[in-house]
This record gives sequence, structure tokens and C-alpha cells, in this order.
Amino acid sequence: MTRIIDKTAAELAAAIRDGDLTSVAVTTAFLDRIDAVDGTVKAFLHVDREGALATAAEVDAAVAAGEDLGPLAGVPIAIKDVVVTKGLPTTAASKILEGWIPPYDATIVERIKAARMPILGKTNMDEFAMGSSTEYSAYFPTRNPWDTGRIPGGSGGGSAAAVAAKMAPLAIGTDTGGSIRQPGAVTGTFGAKPTYGGNSRYGLIAFSSSLDTPGPVSRNALDGALLHEVISGYDPRDSTSIDAPVPPVVEAAKAGANGDLTGVKLGVVKEFKEGADAAEPGVVAAYEAGVEQLVKLGAEIVEVSCPSFAYALPTYYLIAPSEASSNLARYDGVRYGLRAGDDGKHSLEEVMSLTREAGFGPEVKRRIILGTYALSAGYVDAFYRKAQKVRTLIRQDFEKAFTQVDAIISPTTPFIAFAFGARTGDPYQMYLADLYTIPANMYGGPGVSVPVGLSEGMPVGLQVMGPVLGDDITYRVAAALESTQDVLLADTAPETEGK
Amino acid sequence: MSTISREEVAHLARLARLEVTDDELDAFAGQLDVILQSMKTLAEVDTDGVQPTSHAVPLVNVFREDQPQPSLPRDAVLAGGPDTAEDRFRVPRILDEEA
Repeated sequence: MTRIIDKTAAELAAAIRDGDLTSVAVTTAFLDRIDAVDGTVKAFLHVDREGALATAAEVDAAVAAGEDLGPLAGVPIAIKDVVVTKGLPTTAASKILEGWIPPYDATIVERIKAARMPILGKTNMDEFAMGSSTEYSAYFPTRNPWDTGRIPGGSGGGSAAAVAAKMAPLAIGTDTGGSIRQPGAVTGTFGAKPTYGGNSRYGLIAFSSSLDTPGPVSRNALDGALLHEVISGYDPRDSTSIDAPVPPVVEAAKAGANGDLTGVKLGVVKEFKEGADAAEPGVVAAYEAGVEQLVKLGAEIVEVSCPSFAYALPTYYLIAPSEASSNLARYDGVRYGLRAGDDGKHSLEEVMSLTREAGFGPEVKRRIILGTYALSAGYVDAFYRKAQKVRTLIRQDFEKAFTQVDAIISPTTPFIAFAFGARTGDPYQMYLADLYTIPANMYGGPGVSVPVGLSEGMPVGLQVMGPVLGDDITYRVAAALESTQDVLLADTAPETEGK
Repeated sequence: MSTISREEVAHLARLARLEVTDDELDAFAGQLDVILQSMKTLAEVDTDGVQPTSHAVPLVNVFREDQPQPSLPRDAVLAGGPDTAEDRFRVPRILDEEA
């Protein structure tokens, strides 16, 4: 017997539309699941039972009245805490925003509400989305439902773990260097970073504005595509959003599910293979088995050369902290959140410094200092400007590759979920988690991670990258790979009760 | 040779308005050194004549009509601040007593 929480978002939406299930029953099932397992997994920073059930009841009334609702109406969703939600606490997992209740909704949240999706709550993350393990949350780490002694990836570990543990059928993540795809890979879930500008950043708490991209987290490609279409499209409140039609990702996911990739050319990056010593053998084995499956479905594998990818990691760790040091200047203890040291003796400037010292965690401070360094007089040309030029070369490598192939594939991340504490002592070891995901952020094109197999009993993800506004091909390839699996990998996660 | 000294980190922290502790300075100086060493590899890349990329998707001059829109309600915005008075955010003194 399939429980409500075992159904995909597409199945739940159809059942609600057809009157076989009520949204209240569906939403209650996920809220009860949160009650049962989130004490162990700790994916949520805030749960809004009342608000979620109120939306669900409205949907049920609308269905009963015969209203024609959207494709995900009544299906509940969890939202990463870096996305502002009117009336719901939003902290970006930082102490500096503790207790802040936003007075407005992000554009993507407005669209989720317009789609009549109950919001279950806000998910945990690395503070300000800086990290690859959720260990840098100022509140608590989230545990991987597959092995609660291991990290769920980051920064969006809460969203990925919530979906992996079936506490939510869908979630929103944000991806600046891999924060949707890497947690997807290590928790056996699907995650998509859409084309930069394909959706709105309005109401996203800014980390690195030229890279930040919100996107869907789900159990399979079709569910991700349905959510992708809900949140995407031009927004005049974000001047970097693209005024162009949303790529047909739902149609592509359905086409891919037929399992035919005849005529599709998939690129493998020569320089990633040469740097294969960075990927664990178990990850490489699972990935290569996935590539074999794609070939059986008719795909042609073509080697492409992207020499600048070797420099993507240092390029990212100059650009992102530089933008972050500027974006995070707004946390000054005046307009929101924490204020420290305001005892009538300290000056405004001292209160700002004391507030930021008390409110930011170690990784955020490291990146602010790094960004301040890269932007300071005397270093800006050697570091920040140089990184922007190398970013151009990375984009050109992608553009050249996409004249030869339809999409590029790689492992999503070099290693399976690691144990807590394994990489926090050496930040550079943590940064390596995003080795394969960062290039797509530098370029701006879409990238998805789809579960491909297991290594040491832990999930491995395969990444599919596409050209700018070519999100549809990434969904098609991911759905085709899923069609080769008898049971979706996401459905084989061990139960987490009673651990 | 290290690329960044403890004193430099302290200076950068001051510029960024971070009142870091001595322990943090010790930790950050070593960690930032490792990170910056990796960044020095960028010097190998020939970028002569390459235009910098500031944004993923090139856009120029995004304009919109200058139409008045309702702003957020003042009370709702002030409610998020740590200290307010007389419909404003209240801040600690800005100038020294002598000034």
C-alpha cells in the first residue's frame, strides 16, 4: 500500500484535482511525517502547520466548487530559509536575522501562493547559503536521512533532507555554486539550478547576486519540472531576470520518461576526467554505470575540452565572497534582526562591529574578509578583476562545447555524503564539494542533479548541464535516466523513525 | 611563504566592521592563506584582451516606466528593527561627545 507521503507531487496533484484525496489530508500527512522524523533529521527551522492547513482547506473548497486549479494546487512545499516569506520567520540560518519577520513575499513565493500550494515551513541551510554541509547553520546541523551520522549537503541540506525523508514532496532551494545540486546528489533527490535569470531573485536574501538562482528540489525530474514552471518567468522587480518564454521543462521531462535519447549528443569534459583523482572511485563507478545506461537509450557520448574549468573553483571563491562582502554590509544592526553592544557607551560604528561579530558565524566572517581582501585597492586587479576575466573564458568554453553537444554530463559532486566534522577544519576541503557544479554558475546555464546509484550505500548524483535557456534538455536527459531505474532511488531511502 | 598576515586579517576585519577575537584571527589567517594560495593559480591563465564578466547573462540598460507603486507599510517595516522611536529606526550616537 502506498502511503500519501510516498506519492510523487504529480500523483498528489492529480488525486487532489480528481477529488480522490483532499489537500488537507495530504498536507496533514506531511505535517505528521515532520512530527515523526524531524526530531532526528532536523530539516526545518520553522513549521507553519496552521498556515499550511488553511491554504489546503481553501484548495479543497475550490475543488469542491469545481474551480480549475493550477498543476500543483494543494501540493505542499517547503521553502529554504534564505527566501523571504511574509509573516513567517526568515533568518537565512543566521543569528543576525533571528526573530525577523519579513513584511513581504519573494516573487517566487507569490507565485507558489498563486499556484495554491500550502507552505509547510522554512528549511535549514548553511548560514547565508555559504557551505556544503549545513554544518554552518547558526542553529543546528541537518542530518542525512540515509545515514544520520553524515551531512545532507549544503547549503540547501534542509530542503534536500526534507524531500529525501518524505517530509515534503517538493521544496525550494537556491544555487550559487551548487547548493541545490550537491545536496540533491548526496541525499538521492532531484535538484535543478535553472538558467540564471530564468526566474526572479526578488526576495532572495542576497549572497552573490551574479550567481544566486532559486530552483526546485523534488524526488524526480517531472515533479521538479512542474515546480520549475510555477516559479519561473520574467519579473520586472528583478532587472536581471530574462524576458523570454519559460523553457518547456514539463514537456521535456515527459518526453524523457519514454527513455529514448536517440540523436542526443552528451558531452563529457576531458578536463574533469583528467582531474578524476578528485572524485572517489565509488562515485566514478556509479556515474559511469549511469553513462552506460544513457548510451543504451541512444545517446552519443562526445568528449569536449573545457580547459578553463580547472580554474572555476578559485574563480568562484573570489567572485562570490567579493559580492557577499558587499551584500552583507546591510546587516548593521539598524533595520532588522540583531543589535549587540548598544549600552549607551558604544558608538554606532562600535555597535555595528559588535553586532556583526555576534551575529555572523565563522564561514560568513571568512568570506567577508576574503571578499574585502579581493576588492581592496592593490589587489582588485590581481584577484577580483582577474577572476571576472577567467569567468569569461569559462563561459566561452561552455559556448564552444554547446556547438558540439546538446548537454554536458558529469558526476554532481566528487564524494558521497561525509561524516559531520570531516571538512569543517579545512575550508578548502569543504569547497571541493562544488568542483563540478561551480562551472554552470559561472556560465549561467542550467544544471540538474539526478540520482544515478549508490556508493557505500550512499546516493550518487549525475549532473546534466545545458545551454542558457536550454533547461528542457537537462530535464529530458534526467527523466530518461530515471526511466532505467526499476524503483526511483529517492524511494529507497531508509526510514528514519526511532533512530 | 604565507600570503596574508595576522595583521592584514585584522585590518580587513576592521574595514568590514567585524570585531573579531584573537582566536578567530589566528584561525582565519591560516585558513585564508590556504585559500589564497589556490587562487594564485589564476595568474597562470592568459587573460590578455579578455573582457570581464560581471553577470551571467549580458544585459544593458534595463529600464522600466517610472510609475508610482505602493510601498511597504511603514509600521510593518519598522517592526523588524531592533529599536525604533517616533516612526524611525533609532541608532546609537554617531558622533563623539566632543565632536
